[in-house]
Amino acid sequence: MRQAYRIIPIYTADVSGVCSALYELGGMTVMHDPSGCNSTYNTHDEIRWYDQDSLIFISGLTDIDAIMGNDEKFLRDIEDVAEELKPKFIALASSPIPFMNGTDFPGLARALTAETGIPAFSVSTSGMHDYVYGAGLALSEIARHFTGAAEKRKRKLNLLGVTPLDFGPQPMVDAMKRRLEKYGWEILSTWAMGDTLEDLSHAGEAEVNLVVSSVGIPAANVLREKFGTPFLVGTPVEGYEGEISDALEKAAESPCEAFEDKKENSAEKSGAQISGEQEELWKVTPDQVIYLRKKDSPLSGFIPTPDITLIGEPVTMGSLAAVIEQKYRKKVQLLCSLEITEGLLRQEDEVIRGEEAMEEKLKTARIIVADPLYRPICPESATFYEMPHIAFSGRIYLKNLYNFRKTT
Amino acid sequence: MLKRVGDREFPGKTEVFIKEASFPVPFQPGLEFNSPAHGNWNIVHTGMLVPEAHQIYVCADNCMRGVVLTAAEMNAADRFSFVIVEEKDLLGGNLEDVTIEGVTDVLNRLDKKPKAVLLFTVCLHHFLGSDLDRIYGELEKRFPEIFFMRCFMDPIMQKTGPTPDQKLRLAMYDAVQERKADPKCVTVLGSDFALDEGSDICRILKKNEILLREIPTCETWEDYQNLGEGSLILNCYPAGKFGAEKQAERLGRPFLYLPGSFDYEEIQEQEEKLLGMLEQQNNRKTGEIKGLDIEKEIRECEEALSYAHQIIGDTPIAVDYLFHPRPLGLTKLLLTHKFQVQSVFLDSISPEEKEVFFWLKENYPELKLISTIRPEMRVRTRQQSEKILAIGQKAAWFTGSRNFVNMVQGGGLWGFDGIRHTAQLMVEAFHEEKDPEDLIVRKGWGCESCI
Repeated sequence: MRQAYRIIPIYTADVSGVCSALYELGGMTVMHDPSGCNSTYNTHDEIRWYDQDSLIFISGLTDIDAIMGNDEKFLRDIEDVAEELKPKFIALASSPIPFMNGTDFPGLARALTAETGIPAFSVSTSGMHDYVYGAGLALSEIARHFTGAAEKRKRKLNLLGVTPLDFGPQPMVDAMKRRLEKYGWEILSTWAMGDTLEDLSHAGEAEVNLVVSSVGIPAANVLREKFGTPFLVGTPVEGYEGEISDALEKAAESPCEAFEDKKENSAEKSGAQISGEQEELWKVTPDQVIYLRKKDSPLSGFIPTPDITLIGEPVTMGSLAAVIEQKYRKKVQLLCSLEITEGLLRQEDEVIRGEEAMEEKLKTARIIVADPLYRPICPESATFYEMPHIAFSGRIYLKNLYNFRKTT
Repeated sequence: MLKRVGDREFPGKTEVFIKEASFPVPFQPGLEFNSPAHGNWNIVHTGMLVPEAHQIYVCADNCMRGVVLTAAEMNAADRFSFVIVEEKDLLGGNLEDVTIEGVTDVLNRLDKKPKAVLLFTVCLHHFLGSDLDRIYGELEKRFPEIFFMRCFMDPIMQKTGPTPDQKLRLAMYDAVQERKADPKCVTVLGSDFALDEGSDICRILKKNEILLREIPTCETWEDYQNLGEGSLILNCYPAGKFGAEKQAERLGRPFLYLPGSFDYEEIQEQEEKLLGMLEQQNNRKTGEIKGLDIEKEIRECEEALSYAHQIIGDTPIAVDYLFHPRPLGLTKLLLTHKFQVQSVFLDSISPEEKEVFFWLKENYPELKLISTIRPEMRVRTRQQSEKILAIGQKAAWFTGSRNFVNMVQGGGLWGFDGIRHTAQLMVEAFHEEKDPEDLIVRKGWGCESCI
């Protein structure tokens, strides 16, 4: 049964994704939840919790308040804290029960803005999607609410979709930024690690945006609509930065058609239009995804048994697959269990839903590169390379994060 | 980006002098913060105490993530499975079928069938009105050889009824079968930790050649079943009382609630009760049940506390509720022995501590009570210029102290020995710095941790 899991965990969920994406931006994120979401998030999904403060709280929802629809308490509690702590914004995220009750979160956000004068928004989580969905929508709200019109600047870009869930601690992000800087790019802002809300507010000045994980797609689409900034999808993993830089240069030279078409409309209007259209938010075209651009290669096309199997997030692992194929001339297949995959997978990659299907698929794998917690469903005969992914195994392998280690 | 703020004060919101504090909740309820101190046990840790059992949770991704990784961090992923609830399951109204078929699928895929399954249903099952009898009935029919324990992960109900933790401590003893009562055996239910060998209860039982059975020392299903042999059932941990008392009733055994205490008189009364009950159970023809030499015990406690005070002196002390369910009792003991307890970290006061709360209010009105969950605690000052002895993980984090007693939920402390042991732990903590960033973030103090 697809929904039954014997031994492997699941990926970080949407509520934690929201918190992770907004962690460093000086806002206040409130999970409307009785208890569990808070400790789950800050124990397993948030490596910054111990020594980097962020205003992330739960509402402490009770059965009585849920049944009676006592939203007033929720609002009052938030207003009370906002008055004291003065966050730059208020973000609301829903857990399963308020979702099931049909709580009007956009309405509550509007009420909070009216009462406190602080920008407030909600992210339509239910606790039943994965982190990409939650984090992606959260960053799109930042793009919508906090970026302003700006003059484009040459060789400036924003990195979109950066959270510890996919990239680990800040030094890993810094290393990724340095790889691009070597090619003469200036990173205006990184969404959202290591920069402030003020830094992000200047994102419109970028000549081009680079979506480095699927989390960044909705923000990229909003910025494209608001400022006409073209975006590309690909992660500058080691050895791939040159190709990414080339692609960015070409993208920067091409004006964004969508923006040109809508130039007569105000940026504000364009941003607002996109907010309610979630499908549009996740849209990417094949020409935007760098690792989908096929080159003449004997490896192109479908091969029944790949040499190497990767498991993970489509953009980061898709980029890694591209590098491996180029460097080692090995055929790589990516298996992905996350929700957002449309337009992000190569022909030979596959969406796999559930533990049983993944176990079955891995039976013929020869070399596997994945989070160590996938190991129990991998065949003994396969060579397994550990590649810890916080969005899967949490903090368990934090100490040796991203150090490839052959275990069998 | 907010970095290492922790430098603000919020008098009135986060802390209150005990003279001004209300009972039982000294702070205004509202949004809640969760500190990085995670040594407390959760339902996964406690459930793992049942040997040869398997835990299966049926819930949404966000709730699942916390429990599945709890199991993984304690290297027990092979005893944990789950069924994911999706949005369509709520809208389609088939949560019962998803639960039954999912659990069936998990069990069919296990290499070896467990003796028992702790099946956790969640808030969603309640709100959708799922027929739990049907779920368990069907599973029991499909797997007659497995004992299904009816467990809940429904924190939304915990402020208006028993907590998931309390309900678990009831459900997990359902599998303990009625056995012939052995007058030479006593069973302790409800605790996560085995009593220390030197604890008063252990010494009393040993002195009278009575066997002690406890869940944390059970290694096999057979051991677990043998818990039913105890002629007397004890409970020493408040969260376990709800379940242990009901199970004693089911098993037809006398029950004695003996919560860990720091009060000489209360301990003496508890031990007298225990001795009286043991006498009844044993109905001894030869010789009486022998207790401890109370005067000697108290004298030794005084010596231990005096020695600790010589070492610790006037160093400020902070106590938290996570160290022991009786933080105010411990505070009273320390204050009356000249220790400089300045603050107690807690969010509510147990009814068991009502008397001591009012005693402290009158006698030490300047004692500070400090919340651990008020949102402002996220950015309240955490570093102190002077050395602080923290008793408990939360006190350590909130004061920024590296001199802390690293223990939770009272550990295996009990009785006069518990007081002496606490004094000893305080001295050790005073002398040796620890790394809170490594220690207090680990879940389930005392469990294996692979982080």
